[in-house]
Amino acid sequence: MFGKKRVAIVGAGITLFRRNLKETGKELAYHAAKMALEQAGMELRDIQSVVMGTAPDAFDGVHMKGEYLADGAGAYHKPYTRVFVGGGTGVFTPLAGWWHVASGKFDTCLVVCEEKMSSCYPHPQYAFTTIFDPILERPIGMNLIWIFALEMHRYMHKHNIKKEDIALVSVKNKRNALDNPIAQLGANITVEDVLNSEIMAWPVQRLDVSPTSDGAAAVVLVSEDVAKEVTDNPVWIDGVGWCIDSTHWTNRDLYYPDYVEYAARMAYKMAGIKNPPKEIDVAEPYDPFDYKELHHMEGLLLCRKGEAPKLTREGVTQRDGDLPVCPSGGLLGCGNPIAAAGLMKVCEIFWQLRGEAGKRQVPGDPRTGVAQAWGDLMQYGSVIVLRR
Amino acid sequence: MSLEKITNPLNARHWLGHMEADYRYTLGVAGERFLKEIKENARIMGAKCPKCGVIFVPPRLYCEKCFAKLEEWVDVGKRGEVYTYTVATIDVDGKKLDKPQIYALIKFEGVHGGLIHRIGETDKVYIGMKVEAVFKPPSERKASINDIAYFKPIEH
Amino acid sequence: MSVKVKHFPGEEIETKDFREGKVLFESFRPKARYAWSAGIAISRFLEELKNGRIIASTCSKCGRIMVPPRIYCEKCFKPTDGWTYVKDTGVINTFSVSYIASDASRLKEPIVVAVIELDGASPGMGIVHLLGEYGDWRQLKIGMRVQAVWKPPEERVGAITDIKYFKPVKG
Repeated sequence: MFGKKRVAIVGAGITLFRRNLKETGKELAYHAAKMALEQAGMELRDIQSVVMGTAPDAFDGVHMKGEYLADGAGAYHKPYTRVFVGGGTGVFTPLAGWWHVASGKFDTCLVVCEEKMSSCYPHPQYAFTTIFDPILERPIGMNLIWIFALEMHRYMHKHNIKKEDIALVSVKNKRNALDNPIAQLGANITVEDVLNSEIMAWPVQRLDVSPTSDGAAAVVLVSEDVAKEVTDNPVWIDGVGWCIDSTHWTNRDLYYPDYVEYAARMAYKMAGIKNPPKEIDVAEPYDPFDYKELHHMEGLLLCRKGEAPKLTREGVTQRDGDLPVCPSGGLLGCGNPIAAAGLMKVCEIFWQLRGEAGKRQVPGDPRTGVAQAWGDLMQYGSVIVLRR
Repeated sequence: MSLEKITNPLNARHWLGHMEADYRYTLGVAGERFLKEIKENARIMGAKCPKCGVIFVPPRLYCEKCFAKLEEWVDVGKRGEVYTYTVATIDVDGKKLDKPQIYALIKFEGVHGGLIHRIGETDKVYIGMKVEAVFKPPSERKASINDIAYFKPIEH
Repeated sequence: MSVKVKHFPGEEIETKDFREGKVLFESFRPKARYAWSAGIAISRFLEELKNGRIIASTCSKCGRIMVPPRIYCEKCFKPTDGWTYVKDTGVINTFSVSYIASDASRLKEPIVVAVIELDGASPGMGIVHLLGEYGDWRQLKIGMRVQAVWKPPEERVGAITDIKYFKPVKG
């Protein structure tokens, strides 16, 4: 095990995910952090350090958003760090929390992720477009959906994948979300609904995409000594991995996310996982678009390149299948408050491994789970392996 | 194809642009109540922590020190004291103001925190000066911090 | 989403609640103006575009010919050694047909955006640009050959938009 101490998650908290929530970002962070502490049976004074993950300041519209959110995240007079790697933030933040505890420097760390995208009005699109190079890309009129469409098209072309197979992911995840109390968009839709939905930037259609949302999530990390005192049921962070690729996205073949594979290998090596499809019981890859779940399943080495659509078609990734993927309903079903969405996936694996997922529970007593997030300009992968 | 030398090294280029965005910030659960009290009742409220006993202004949903939920709200009155101040001579765009404007951090008795606001009806200000909130007429109030026009010195 | 939790916090509001005054808010529009420095490499790139040419930088260690050009090779992490022109023709690596504009508004006529691998650059080296004069977009295919359509010399200013778009060509 790398690190001086083994690190466990002992509590998790989350708010509703909705297009518009009345609470300020601070209030959202508080609700999630408070719930995580209560679930862990701990108080704020037990927390020695805080890590906050939150994506661009431009969404909430508060510059230095990390500092702004600090007191809502319980960081008053505590060692505090804000981390940000675009969409990868939600899984990266607990990784940064892991460093705090595994290094031996702190015994406890409160990890909080928040996003309030509704402040950017009428749509966060403006904030998104500033990700593109101001000289070579923005003058062409780049729109964030375009870059996903370009990647999706390349993936479909390389493996000769039909839209019907990709649409199955949207159908599965929205249906899974019906059993999730915090979900924004749980629904019973069909492949036809997806194929008939409005074309945004072909091949991307409206029902292929997750919405923008407000929301927050939190987890409490403790060292193994503290875990013994606090709970009988710790969930261990056994693998951490992260990797970034170049911003020159037009110089890469977008059909495969190498950077996700490198992050996954790093995490699997630490966790001692040699055969991911066999040794992983449940997975939550990042799914802001339906094709991304497939793209990331392959990057996570859960199947061969180009094989993910086949597994989906065969029902392998359903909750009662051999490798349940996104039992939470994913971003497609729950909503996408960028950083909080990634941490939601970590929370879901936590609850799945503890048997607390209720109607979403995958059967068969899962013991090992993986969550992954992805971000920036098609370039960042963060991976966490949890075990009971 | 032969290469041509760059014409002029001073042609280091800039690309001009701006970042457009509009923002609508919800006041939040606590913020909405605070500003509604200012608008409708001309009252400045604080929130009291049941564990620490601290009263926060502006009031908030949670105590940042102990993380307790704050349910008890109290009227902190309209009078306070200048904790610190500055005199602004230029506006937010860097243009000179017609008349200098005094901004102060005003603290209320027994309260943790305070309000940043304008000082009016005087050119003189000092730390410790006692002041009182002057509200705009009810029809002009919008549930904004600017529903208080300024704080004026209280004569003793 | 644990079964141990009965109530998940969050007060949902709707967009119309703002209009109808049911939820209170503050508005703000930041005034942010920028003069982005093109840098050494892209300044040269833009200058060459004005002259109707596309320039790339080369790395002697890995041998890549890179466009857009850069002063350091990010793989070898050393300065790039040279400049070379690449062609204004290439192959479509991927494309998308968009009915939404950069401000998220709906378009009646779609915009087609593509990544074009340029001839003369290393394999996979592409730039992003628009496609034009393509007729029916359903006939477009990844792998098609395209050619840049430039603005006339007097209209070029040293910008990526000195190329209007790339159009499909035979061959």
